[in-house]
Amino acid sequence: MKRRTFIKDVSAAGSLALSGLSLASCKDLPKKKLTILHTNDVHSHIDPFPSEHSEFPGMGGLARRAALVETIRNENPNTLLLDAGDIFQGTPYFNFYGGELEFKLMSKLRYDAATIGNHDFDNGIDGLLAQLPNATFELLSANYDFRNTVLDGHVKPYRTYFMDGIKVGIYGLGIQLEGLVTPSLYKETKSLDPYEIAWDCEQRLKNEEQCDVIICLSHLGYRYPNENRPNDLKLAAKTAHTNLIIGGHTHTFLEKPTIAKNRIGNDVLVNQVGCFGLQLGRIDFYFDALKNSTSKGVSITV
Amino acid sequence: MASCKPDGYSLQKITAAQLPILDTIAKIDSIDAMILPYRSRIDAVLDSTLAYAPNAISKDDGSYNTTAGNLLADLVLERANPIYKSRTSNTIDFVLLNHGGIRSTISKGPVSARTAYEVMPFENYIVVVELPGMAVKSLLSFLIRSKRAHPVAGIQIVLNNDDTIHQVTIAGGPFSETETYHIATNDYLVKGGDNMGFFADARAFHQTDYLIRNAIIDYFKAVDTLAPKVDDRFYKRN
Repeated sequence: MKRRTFIKDVSAAGSLALSGLSLASCKDLPKKKLTILHTNDVHSHIDPFPSEHSEFPGMGGLARRAALVETIRNENPNTLLLDAGDIFQGTPYFNFYGGELEFKLMSKLRYDAATIGNHDFDNGIDGLLAQLPNATFELLSANYDFRNTVLDGHVKPYRTYFMDGIKVGIYGLGIQLEGLVTPSLYKETKSLDPYEIAWDCEQRLKNEEQCDVIICLSHLGYRYPNENRPNDLKLAAKTAHTNLIIGGHTHTFLEKPTIAKNRIGNDVLVNQVGCFGLQLGRIDFYFDALKNSTSKGVSITV
Repeated sequence: MASCKPDGYSLQKITAAQLPILDTIAKIDSIDAMILPYRSRIDAVLDSTLAYAPNAISKDDGSYNTTAGNLLADLVLERANPIYKSRTSNTIDFVLLNHGGIRSTISKGPVSARTAYEVMPFENYIVVVELPGMAVKSLLSFLIRSKRAHPVAGIQIVLNNDDTIHQVTIAGGPFSETETYHIATNDYLVKGGDNMGFFADARAFHQTDYLIRNAIIDYFKAVDTLAPKVDDRFYKRN
């Protein structure tokens, strides 16, 4: 692995300075832990379900999710909070305010990034643009080509985050809009091949950006009876450097993340937490300094 | 000492858990306070009384047509026709919706916009389809086969005891296989939802840009009392 040039963000600079001064032996090199928290298909479910609800009594709700996120952040400040799309549509909050409150609350919870789901176009591409000033988090989508639309320049294909010396690369993938969303809503947005775009993204994040962890935020769907429809399991098998695919769209409640094999035989985690903000997914990555690593491979406990 | 500076990290271990958001987790008050004004406004708008239902309106109170189905199909015809007419100078001949699309009973008592959200939570739009008579024939056999009270308006279907067609009247005239009919339905069914494949044979589709739920709310605002009846628009002769 090439030695990386660190861009000194506040947290990385602080911890590097400390470890540089106080080292007695290499054995004392700090271990690192990165926590990823994620939601998908929240569909404007801002309030908890009523206590008499037949399926999800009293469950969900932003104010409770906020408390859980805060507890975990206090435990590990190196936490990223992510969403895999379909933030909008499903309760009157969206019909009344067009996604304003959804974005404001996600910003308040300090979401770091989200990808765009098909329902996020429900007020048109202009409706999505109108809510961007309420979002302090990044919208990531690598396979939606927005060049001929008002969203041009507002959505990045990927972003990297420095978390206490660990470099995390995150890219976004969206479902094909043709046939799913009314064309007048997405206008001239082009949906490009997610598998090819994923390959490009992870090459760049691995080789150019030299990320330690690569995460895909996908709204493709976990899997379908028609296997030709792009899906997260197939995506996992086609990638080579992605460590984690956080999925959405199919509202799949996985009891635990699926461990899939990528194209070079390594493990990829594929996770999805159903819908409506009923669950928060949590993945913890543990790192050792390269010098101390025993290179026995990665152990995964799910 | 310099050689002990970390020159990178290697991933050793991954653990995972799905954390349920249970009602035992204490809310953060500042988040709830942020939501409150938005919630109050929604409640004020959705819960103000728009009309009154002297009796419960259900989709299960008839075998071939029901009070809820008739209410919905009739109001779609009434609310969508002026829009369609002004855009195409044609008239809607009849309405077909799906029984499964009615998601809630309307209880006896005051009716509000929230009622409309409960009956029709989906963002379905009214679409008008130009369908040739031959495809309308498949539509009729679908209705007979399905044995469900799919909501209709502007059409009368009378079945014989053996489920053959006794008489079909559309927009006041007899059904003809050579005629093309203007049918109001929703965008979900047009895309083949609920196995209504016959819409694939449509000659033209016309968007109204009118949400079914908004048509319901506009209708609730326009009338005082909701008293739909089970009637003879679709029935079987003894």
